[in-house]
Amino acid sequence: MENHSLIQRLIARPEFGPFVLLIAEIAVFWGFNHDFLSPQNISNTLAFTVELGLIALAMTLLMTSGEFDLSVGSLFGFSPVLMWTLFNAGVTSLEMGFVVALLVAALIGLVNGWFVTQLKIPSFLVTLGMLLVVRGSALFITDGFPQRTWSAEGSWLAEALVGDFFIGPFRIYMSLFWFIAAAIALGYVLTQSRTGNWIQAAGGNPNAARARGVNVNRVKVGLFVLSSVMASLAGVISSLRTSAANPNSGTGYELEVIAMVVIGGTALTGGRGTIIGTVLGILILRVMRNGIVLIGVPGLAYNIFIGAIILGMMALHSWLERRHQAGT
Amino acid sequence: MAEPLIRMHNIRKSYGRVQALVDANFHVNEREIVGLLGDNGAGKSTLIKVLSGAVPLTSGDIFIRGKKVTLRSTSDAIAHGIETIYQDSALVTQLSIARNLFLGREPIKPPRFLNRMDQEAMNTVARDLLKQVGISKNIPPTTPIGSLSGGERQAVAIARAMHFDSDLIILDEPTNNLGVAETQGVLSFVRNARDSGHSCIFIAHNIHHVFQVVDRIVVMRRGKVVADDIDPKTTTVTEVERIITGMSDKDIRDALADGKPGH
Repeated sequence: MENHSLIQRLIARPEFGPFVLLIAEIAVFWGFNHDFLSPQNISNTLAFTVELGLIALAMTLLMTSGEFDLSVGSLFGFSPVLMWTLFNAGVTSLEMGFVVALLVAALIGLVNGWFVTQLKIPSFLVTLGMLLVVRGSALFITDGFPQRTWSAEGSWLAEALVGDFFIGPFRIYMSLFWFIAAAIALGYVLTQSRTGNWIQAAGGNPNAARARGVNVNRVKVGLFVLSSVMASLAGVISSLRTSAANPNSGTGYELEVIAMVVIGGTALTGGRGTIIGTVLGILILRVMRNGIVLIGVPGLAYNIFIGAIILGMMALHSWLERRHQAGT
Repeated sequence: MAEPLIRMHNIRKSYGRVQALVDANFHVNEREIVGLLGDNGAGKSTLIKVLSGAVPLTSGDIFIRGKKVTLRSTSDAIAHGIETIYQDSALVTQLSIARNLFLGREPIKPPRFLNRMDQEAMNTVARDLLKQVGISKNIPPTTPIGSLSGGERQAVAIARAMHFDSDLIILDEPTNNLGVAETQGVLSFVRNARDSGHSCIFIAHNIHHVFQVVDRIVVMRRGKVVADDIDPKTTTVTEVERIITGMSDKDIRDALADGKPGH
């Protein structure tokens, strides 16, 4: 009886569906092609996964508070461009350029948050506008050309963010540890801390939260800043790893990140969010992208699968939600 | 006579040229349930919004135990011990009972810089409070509000007000959309709140519910308090209805006749 209810509770968790999907995905791809679980393939998949993942973690908190941010993809491209431009022009050291890029990102998050909370404009419109401003700036600064990035070798910043080493046959980048640290920290904030309670309340019923003295606007502005800074950090990490700073990079990432978050079980409408779910959602989409290429499905068909996964998971989540509301 | 818990003196509130409250005078004594009645547009909601800090008054004074106060916001009113419970809007449905009870005032486990909620303490208090307010079913405090019934949600909101020592709990239509048993439950939660030392203002369209629970009835009409000392034990529902509508028996007969089809 005890066991039975434990299993039932496990199944009722929003993370259960994504977890099963991930396992099924891995099993199918491995069944088709055993190279799928080779150390090299796992290492390659992980390297890029954590970069998008950093953005998705911050987006989870932001979406739980009832907002979302479409400007993350453009910041992913803009921040490294800014850092390298400052460095190449001899204005700052690489490290200082990095700090400036993060500060500019924080400022952009602050502006997003201000428009949303003070002018009461939906985050969809505000961050869509910001997407264009930031992407436009990146293109304008660079005349549309990639920046020189060859001189990062040996910088401690590059070592700390993307330094790599081997554990057995696995090539691991430092960015994986940053991702794990961020997942633990933000998971803790969301589920254990008082701030997490406020984030969920801000998304679930902002008026009730305000009436209890929760500063809903400050919570949201803080999360917009976090989202921008994480997107900026992810962009810099990606740029250092691939030795490229292209003003167009990150195009379309905002939607992929939002898809990762909702597949994991976070509500698009706010009030409910899960970091574990998001980690699963990140893996589901990245494994899918890697797997279908590996088993020979044309890469152009990728979006068909992603779309189907999103629709399927949404149907599952809404079914679980209704069951939950009915009290069963 | 002792100063009442709350005294509102010559309250005026106008929205542009519309006068919602015209020199309204209203008071609530300690440990008293006051039923606030009036037709739609009589000014009940405006009076309550002023008292709960949701809208600023145009002129007039509010006293709490004889001391003049200014209520600029709902959190201001809560800080002064005035808690307003609107049906369905006071709680976050996604959060658990315990997390709702402590929203904005979550106890923190040491070390404080970790900002970690003391969830065990929250659950323990929540369990006690649910018992105290009179919920008989054994509901775990980790249950999300979304899976509670309307009456149970009212109970949680009332329990929260009781725990945080609100002197005055304002209930706006707490029995709307509730079944008979649920309504009786809510009425007994309100009585329990009074018996443990809190005052309540009870607003309901259903006059019978008001009669069952209140110590005194106040009637508003056209922005004014027209009767503020009606004893539900010595007054009939019909008499109160007449005061609410401002009609004599003859007026009511005429109104009914006017409303007949084909007249």
